[in-house]
Amino acid sequence: MIDFGYTLNPSSRINLDNFDRNKFEKLSKSEPDVLLCIGCGSCTASCTAGKYTDTSLRKAILSILDCNEKAAVDFAASCLLCGKCTLVCPRSINTRNLLLSITKIYGKKQ
Amino acid sequence: MKHANKNIVIIGGGPCGMEAAYRLKNEGMNVILVEKGPSLGGHLACWDRLFPESIKADDLLDILKNNISDVNCFLNTEIIKMNLRNDAYDIELSNGITVLARAVLFATGFDIFPAEKKEEYGYGIYNKVITNKDLEQYFKTGKDERIPANPKNIGFIHCVGSRDEKIGNRQCSKVCCATAVKQACEIKERFPDANVYSFYMDLRMFGRHYEDLYYKAQHECGVRFIRGRVSEISENKEGKLIVKAEDTLMGKPIKITMDLVVLMAGMKNSEAGIKTAGQLAVLRDDDGFFNSEDSFYNLEKSAYRGIFFAGTCLGPKTIPETINEARSAVLSIKEYVESFAND
Repeated sequence: MIDFGYTLNPSSRINLDNFDRNKFEKLSKSEPDVLLCIGCGSCTASCTAGKYTDTSLRKAILSILDCNEKAAVDFAASCLLCGKCTLVCPRSINTRNLLLSITKIYGKKQ
Repeated sequence: MKHANKNIVIIGGGPCGMEAAYRLKNEGMNVILVEKGPSLGGHLACWDRLFPESIKADDLLDILKNNISDVNCFLNTEIIKMNLRNDAYDIELSNGITVLARAVLFATGFDIFPAEKKEEYGYGIYNKVITNKDLEQYFKTGKDERIPANPKNIGFIHCVGSRDEKIGNRQCSKVCCATAVKQACEIKERFPDANVYSFYMDLRMFGRHYEDLYYKAQHECGVRFIRGRVSEISENKEGKLIVKAEDTLMGKPIKITMDLVVLMAGMKNSEAGIKTAGQLAVLRDDDGFFNSEDSFYNLEKSAYRGIFFAGTCLGPKTIPETINEARSAVLSIKEYVESFAND
């Protein structure tokens, strides 16, 4: 086929029908705190690694809910587990445990 | 001394008018409660349970009704004419009765925003789109053919007819956020296997215990809150609803198939109340609700002597707030009536 130099971008729209509820229930069973995030962003604002890398618990949680598991793992991967976000979270989410569980459940090695 | 006129006409037989009638009667006033509909209770009579504690709406209604069992209530009655005559209002009712009232209380309440006006949401077009009021009716009666037996995905859409200049309602309707969160919990209790979604712009959990309700919706009911206004709803060939919005926290457009969508229709000033008030040229603000003499210290007073306001004709509010306003209006009416005693 002749290459005219045009490309089709894949849709970036999230299809929530693809949400893996079973997997999420596995996460929310071990970390019920994941349900409590109000998206305030204090975790990301206080994040030691977040200044230099794309580390964000808020975005990791939302990525799972928005069917982008790979992004969720990426947002968690550079976490230093310093625990500052645990101190600032207004909903007292056990952030370090949650990040580790996200990596465990949604990461490649299961 | 002239015979003191203690006739008070209350327009509207909802929670506000009923509470005011009861308290005014206790203050020795001669109360005439005028209700345009066939029964008392207003919107409260259409509701199943009330946030945040989920008390039965009927329990409150029974209290309000029992309180006024000996008050003159004219049902199916409207105000035909209202004229100021010698510090009293000459009021002609549609049932042929004429009253010379010392004071008039507008407890005319609100109308629920007609959701079909937001055509992009398909209320009245698609069978699986209902409103908050429809859902309360369903909770109350257990009957609504639009609600499927085992809905998989259920969506709540906030701010339908609120915070929307395009349809002429700029104001926040205030109570829909808490109502949506309450209804989301209730529908999850009814359909435990369903995924419940809530599309919100801001969650305004302003009252005591409301935040606890939100916490419960997240933690116990697993309601997924998505920040973003739904742009449109369409129907697929199976009769399911395709809902489109943006997850504004992630900055990505989303799409989801729903089995049921509940529109959180907001509040606007009652058309019937506006029509009645129109006879006195009562002033209204940009948002359509009546204007008080001032909004801090004289909320219950109008710009006219002897005309008082209470409840949602002054703007969206909760039932406890409405009841308190009714009581405060009673105090002002009493002071007003007694000011004539020394004439």
